[in-house]
This record gives sequence, structure tokens and C-alpha cells, in this order.
Amino acid sequence: MNYFLTEDQKMIKDLAAQIAREKIAPIAAELDESQEFPWEVVKTLAKSDLFRVFVPSEYEGLGGGMFEMCLVVEELSKACSGIALAYAASGLGTIPIILYGNEEQKKKYLPRLAAGEILAAFALTEPGAGSDAAGIKTTAKPDGDSYVINGTKQWITNGGEASIYTVVALTDPERGVRGSSTILVEKDHPGFTFGKKENKMGIRASATRELVFQDCRVPKTNLLGKEGMGFLVAMKTLDQSRPGVASQALGIAQGAMDKAIEYSRERHQFGKPISSFQGIQFMLADMATQVEAARALTYAAARSIDSGEKDVSRMSAMAKVFASDTAMRVTTDAVQVLGGYGYMKEYPVEKMMRDAKITQIYEGTNQIQREVIALGLIKESVRGKK
Amino acid sequence: MKIIVCIKQVPDTTNVRINPETNTLVREGVQSIINPFDVYAIEEGVRLKEKHGGTVTVITMGPPQAAEALREAISLGADAAYLVSDRAFAGADTLATAYALACAVRHLGGADVILMGRQAIDGDTGQVGPGVAENLDISHITDIRKIEEIADGRIVVERLLEEGYARIAARLPVILTVVKEINTPRLPSLKGKLAAKKAEIPVLKAADIGAEVERLGLNGSPTQVMKIFTPPKPGGGKKFTGEPPQTVGALLSELTAAGITIRKR
Repeated sequence: MNYFLTEDQKMIKDLAAQIAREKIAPIAAELDESQEFPWEVVKTLAKSDLFRVFVPSEYEGLGGGMFEMCLVVEELSKACSGIALAYAASGLGTIPIILYGNEEQKKKYLPRLAAGEILAAFALTEPGAGSDAAGIKTTAKPDGDSYVINGTKQWITNGGEASIYTVVALTDPERGVRGSSTILVEKDHPGFTFGKKENKMGIRASATRELVFQDCRVPKTNLLGKEGMGFLVAMKTLDQSRPGVASQALGIAQGAMDKAIEYSRERHQFGKPISSFQGIQFMLADMATQVEAARALTYAAARSIDSGEKDVSRMSAMAKVFASDTAMRVTTDAVQVLGGYGYMKEYPVEKMMRDAKITQIYEGTNQIQREVIALGLIKESVRGKK
Repeated sequence: MKIIVCIKQVPDTTNVRINPETNTLVREGVQSIINPFDVYAIEEGVRLKEKHGGTVTVITMGPPQAAEALREAISLGADAAYLVSDRAFAGADTLATAYALACAVRHLGGADVILMGRQAIDGDTGQVGPGVAENLDISHITDIRKIEEIADGRIVVERLLEEGYARIAARLPVILTVVKEINTPRLPSLKGKLAAKKAEIPVLKAADIGAEVERLGLNGSPTQVMKIFTPPKPGGGKKFTGEPPQTVGALLSELTAAGITIRKR
């Protein structure tokens, strides 16, 4: 399939693929076991300028957009989506600064994020606010030139490893979600600590931690956008980043499918390679068809975002839903193709199956995504648009 | 510090096949790469630059498409690259190649350190490095696994031996051929790749580098390749299986039966 990549996009994809092959694949199983954060890979990605691809060129980026970020995430995820997540989650934390940061904030943070010197993270979820993101309880009380933050954020990717956190908190709790704001909190702001690292089913090389704020004082200059815009900033950020999750899922699916095809040619039963059996062939054909469809949808969503289209919620939700459901199905089938070997840790597909599951859950469960899609449809119909 | 790295574009031999009838390399569909040993030389050059300052210039002798290898070298951190290319160079053996490269180095104003890989993976001679040094009348040290220090016009290196290594000092300028133990080459960066895409790669012809035509290409190459062939696979062979005491005994009696005397120490 020709996706008409530019020379520069091909270059980005090839370099990411080389890093995946040479630096990620060899350590994927080890880090899955040890849950060690992939700082070495992060350094390699930084030196290769891959953190620059989606940052505007005024801030030492290479001026690409979500599509370029998606190309990187897809390639890295073919080898290990847990390791790839260190990159993707930093992207998620960087997007709100790109979208809503003022000149000073952009100058302060983007060059260092582009260079990969520091990582970013995005903090919305709380123990009582998952799909119901509007139910957040963390407060940021204005006090002179500062905000004083209190509360707990849960399951924050890159938590404890990132240096800069985009935190959604209530600056005016009485107004509920309309009183929420997004604030940039640095790792060493006093009163900001981390809970234990979560022990996860998949994406185990990524760091997931609780963020604890106890009278954490942050200067008011760290407010992103305006007070009361917190929920909007969060939703717009997630609209942009969802194709990133989709490409992570896409990479997992492609990686698993590649392994299944390779194995089916090597594995002999009844005196023939199992790839000669129609039962296996049909599975491979279905995998490939779904993966390609997921890729087409993901790329289209990312490119729509980069084109500056205003309403991207639906497109980006569709890409996330379809690609993550595809990843779950394809990895499950890949384990099936590898049979007993597929179930063993010596082969990489059982890990891919564990890794795939989270893509249906995080950055908005697939059920919430379907609601977003359906509500968009209904709204449009009410307005009488076609 | 002025650093020149000499590289060679070679077919990726991990994918190379030999045509059994003509005994020649099947070149169709085989990718060209920078000779792997030369990638270590480029990396070492870039590290020297990062440590001591200066410039890294990469040169290669080859057909126009060898410019691709030079672009890759720029993406790996080299500052400039020159393609030494002329019909007159065609058919050069190691003697003529070393002469041409030496002329190019002289044309570029020489260097403090000239680096190359210990050998190219297609020809495997390892002669060009020392050959360039002889032509330039400077020292050369082969099989370098570490550059210890460079100071006051003097260099100290470790030369890999079959067992252990030798520590050698030499006066600059010097030619070093490197082994893969010397470093871990970095991956290219996007900025490097973008620079490589835009980089101008001047072509140096025989006349530009002041080379004598009779010492170039086929004319300057005393080596004549009579025949290239794939060595026959060693046939037969016998495998003894079982526990060592039995297999050793069986092997000994087989050897004795074949008339081979075994002396005990």
C-alpha cells in the first residue's frame, strides 16, 4: 500500500525502524520481565532527533506533526510498545504545551523536550475519575502568585521519570469542570511526590505511577491557557494524541502478524509447513486485512489533525477504537498460530497480546470512544448536516 | 585537528550469492553499504573531533553511486565528503587505489590523522591503508583497538594482536586502520540525515588530484585476477557420537588405521 510519504517522512520511519530493530527488539523481553525504565533507548531516540519530529521548528523541532509522531510510535511498537510508550507518553505531555503554551512557556520547555533531554507526562486520571474525567477532585487553589495543588493523580505514564507534568486540577471547585485548569508542574516542585510503580499486565517497560500533591506550590505563570479551560485543554490534547495510541496498537498488531507469518513458514506439521494449511492462511489473510485497514484509518486521522481540521474528535476516536480492537484480535490470533510456543515467554507474541490490551483501555476506553463517535453522528444529524 | 577517513562502498555480503557457473558475484538486487569496518573509522573520527575539535572529511574512490556512502558518512557526523571518481581509476588494484587515495589526501592538504577500516569485506586485502601511508611517506599502524591519547604531535594507540595487544606511539601525521573493538558506532540522526541530503559532494578527477595516469586504474595495477571460484565444500567427514571416553577411543583407532601416528607428549 502506498501512503505517499514524503522523503523526510520515509527517513523518519526508516530511522525509527532501525532503532526498533537494533536497540529495542534485543532488550524487549528483558525489560518486560524487569520492568526497568528504558532510559538507554530514550537517549538513543534523543540523539537521533526523534523527539524533534512533532515539535515546531521555532522551538528546535523539525516542524512535523502528529503524522510524523505516529510513524515513529508505530515502528518502535513493532519491537516493544512498552518501550515505545516512554516516547509516546512524552508526546502526549508535550502536545498541550504546543497547543496552549504561551511564548515564554514554549521557549522554556519545548527545546529541551525536542532534544529529548527531559520527558513530559500528562496527568488527568484520578482514583475516582477515569471515564468520567469531569469528576476530578484535585484542586489548585490560587494564592497570590501561586497555585497550591492538593490531590492525587492515578496511573500516570512516565510518572516519576518525566520532568514536566501537565496536570488538570480544579482552580474553582464550585464551578466543577468549568472551574478546571491545566497547570505545568515540574518534578522538583516542593510538595510533589510519587506513589509506587504499578505492576502491570503489559507495557511493563513503561513507568506508571501515582502523583501525590500535598500543598504543592506552583507559580501562576505555569498555567496553560486560561483558568477554567482545563477540561477543554485536556479534551483537545487527547483528540490529537489518540492516533498515537492507534499507531502504538498498529505497531503491536503488525509486529505480531510478522512473527506469525515467519513462524508459519518454519513450523512443520503433517510433513508440511503450517502456512500451507488453509486454516492458517485464512487467519493470516484476516490479520493482514485488518492491520492495513487500521493503518489507513490511523494515518488519515493523523493527517486530518495536521491539516488543521477543527473537529477531529470522531476521526481520532475511530482510529483509536479500530486499531486497538485490531491489535487485540491480531495478537490473540498470532498466539494461536504459534500454538503452544506462542503461549510461552520464549516467543514474543504472548507479550504482544498482553501489551495490546491496554490500548483498548487507556486514553479513553473504547466504550467512551464509541460514545464520542455516536454523539458526533447524532449531533450532526440534528443540525441537518449530511 | 584535521581528520580524513577513507571509506569504501561494498556489496552487502550478508546477502551475496555467487553464480556457480561464472563464479562471479551476483550483484543484482544486492544493496550497497559502507564497508562495515569503515563505519568504525568514521565513528572514531567523529569522536576525535568531539574531543579535540577540528573537522572530519570523508573520501572514497568509486563510481558516481558511491556518493551515497559519503552521504551516509555525513549523516553519521562527518563534516565534508569528496568523491574521487574518474574513468581513469577503473580496474584499480590495491596499489593503484592506494596511490589515487594518497593523491587525493595530498590534494586536500593532508591530515593529522587518517582513519580507515582494517580491510574491506569484499576484497579482504587490508593493503590500502599501509599503501596510502607509503605513498604519503608517513607512519601507519594497523588493527587499532583504542586511541589512548593524542598530544604534542604524538599519538599513543593499542594495536590488537592475536593474543593481547601492543601499545604503540607514533608521530603525527599517521594512518590508522581500525578494528571493530574500537567503538560502538552511533546511529544516524535526523538532523544529520537532512544535512546529508543537502550536502554538496565535490568530485575529484585524476587531473584534479595531480595523479600520473600511468599509475592509475588498470594501467597502474600489476595484480591480475586469473580466476575466482567457490572453494569446494569439504566432503565426507565422520561424526563420532556418544560419551567422550568412547568417542575419543574410536577417533584414535580410526586415525591409527588411516596411518596417522599419534605421539604422546
